[in-house]
Amino acid sequence: MSTRGRVLTYAALLVGAVITLFPYYWLAVMASNTTPDIYSSPPKLIFGGQLFHNIGEVFSKIDFFGSLLNTLVVAIVTTVAVLFFDSLAAFTFAKYTFPGSKILFGILLATFVVPTQLAAIPQFSLMADLGWVGSLKALIVPAAANAFGIFWMRQYAAGALPDELLDAARIDGCGFFRTYLYVGLPVLRPALAFLGIFTFVNVWNDFLWPLVVLIDSRHITLQLALAQLNGLYVTDYSVVMAGTLVAIVPLIIIFLFGARHFIRNIAAGALKG
Amino acid sequence: MTATSDLDAPAIARRSPAEESARRRRRWRHLPQYVAVSPFFLLFAVFGLYPVFYSLYLSLQRWDGVGPMKFVGLENFRYLLTDSQFWDSIANTLIIWVMSTVPMTVLALLIALGLNSSIRFKGVLRVAYFMPNVTSIVAMSLVFGSIFSGEFGILNWILDLFGFGHVPWLTDPWGIRCAIAIMIIWRWTGYNAIIFLAGLQALPTDVYEAARVDGASPVQTFFRITLPLLRPVLLFSLVMSAIGGLQIFTESQVLLGDRGGPGGAGLTMVLYFYGTAFADNDFGYGAAIAWGIFVVVVLFSILNWRLVQRPERGQVTIKEDMR
Repeated sequence: MSTRGRVLTYAALLVGAVITLFPYYWLAVMASNTTPDIYSSPPKLIFGGQLFHNIGEVFSKIDFFGSLLNTLVVAIVTTVAVLFFDSLAAFTFAKYTFPGSKILFGILLATFVVPTQLAAIPQFSLMADLGWVGSLKALIVPAAANAFGIFWMRQYAAGALPDELLDAARIDGCGFFRTYLYVGLPVLRPALAFLGIFTFVNVWNDFLWPLVVLIDSRHITLQLALAQLNGLYVTDYSVVMAGTLVAIVPLIIIFLFGARHFIRNIAAGALKG
Repeated sequence: MTATSDLDAPAIARRSPAEESARRRRRWRHLPQYVAVSPFFLLFAVFGLYPVFYSLYLSLQRWDGVGPMKFVGLENFRYLLTDSQFWDSIANTLIIWVMSTVPMTVLALLIALGLNSSIRFKGVLRVAYFMPNVTSIVAMSLVFGSIFSGEFGILNWILDLFGFGHVPWLTDPWGIRCAIAIMIIWRWTGYNAIIFLAGLQALPTDVYEAARVDGASPVQTFFRITLPLLRPVLLFSLVMSAIGGLQIFTESQVLLGDRGGPGGAGLTMVLYFYGTAFADNDFGYGAAIAWGIFVVVVLFSILNWRLVQRPERGQVTIKEDMR
């Protein structure tokens, strides 16, 4: 590439990245200034010194800490459950044939076409009958295993687990579950890492279903707390922004840790699909 | 854990004990596998399949979720077909989908081409571009709500700076659709760029060498070689954006509330469903709307599928040559 072309490419990519990252910067600016500063004209364009004061306001005005804790519980429990159930099913579908296994996998694929809102109202009334409305169980239990994870991990397991390895385990006297535990899981570790982050992020950010089953209750998640904060303190925008900042930072840190691996898997999954 | 030892076989069996135990072993041989795959299917039966059938039943009722149900036959569906709000919500969803998907695909392609050239800091740039995709939609809707704010928003301040004047982003119907589309573009451009980049990196290099030898210009190379070869990846991205685009909800709800803002310009299909079912507690009609959305999704998927199945231009040429 010519030097000029290279400079232009850099410039364009940099402008794009700046625009992409600008909302984060702007969020931090608003969260660290006072509300009058935000609404002043011309607006303050750099960080202020109010960040910790604003965050303190968030925690004192609503039960932000409780919602953070609830979100952590739901995200961790759901992720662990999904990793276990999905990997076990994926391992089985990838390496074992049993009567009906093909049909079952076909049914699993067919469940992709069911739109979530089709089930939403009956799910809600089911939760009401079970007495789970307002409880974190309503978020965790239905999400404990999912078709996407099983499908995606089956693809991975089929390629990564050679039959010889399973035969060797069988000859050594390993039963099915021991084979899964000591042969399957270690090999599936990279896939588990991806599915883990993917699930955690989705659960952390989920909004519609928590809005339906948790609203008007004491157990709310972070996303609901944000929406509530926005409704309650529209006049104190810097406080709302401080809460927003606190809500996204943990996830960004988790993402940055696994970013390379995560992005590579997203791309690879798309090419296969 | 499946093996049944010969000692377990009942002594009174007419068949030999060994035969009997073999039969039993065969019958229970696959039990662990069934157990292993069962959690998903059990959960789906309870929280997916049963609710879907129940929602079909509900769509024939009038029900506020608390009192007794009243059977109304196809009344909900008859009303749905003439409900201008429902049709508007379909139109809004499709408009916002087009307004976001077209610029998003072009931008993502440009970014992917940039990242595919021989430059440094690719890793950092990739992470930066991808970050919006994992950031909470609720959180960023609040941030964008402030950016788009009519009077105090930074965007209008910048537009003022360049002498464009204020745009009523969150009060004008087209302003609202623009704002939502921009949020979707912001969120998904990086994701698609990463996928296009992977597609570009998987392309065979010999074709490009041949093109270079033949003296093709970069623009020719892009339109004649890169784009056609990238077709499967572009279609994947299109299908994914259609699946997600028909489900737009959070941006509208957080930014504009349960009714989609002034004039209902931000009222998407899922938001209309949510408002009817869970804000108005009109569960019967809500279920009918959900089925209406399902039909739209199916029609849209068929359209997509037809697009994917269309023969590639290369194949058509070969057929024409043979004639």
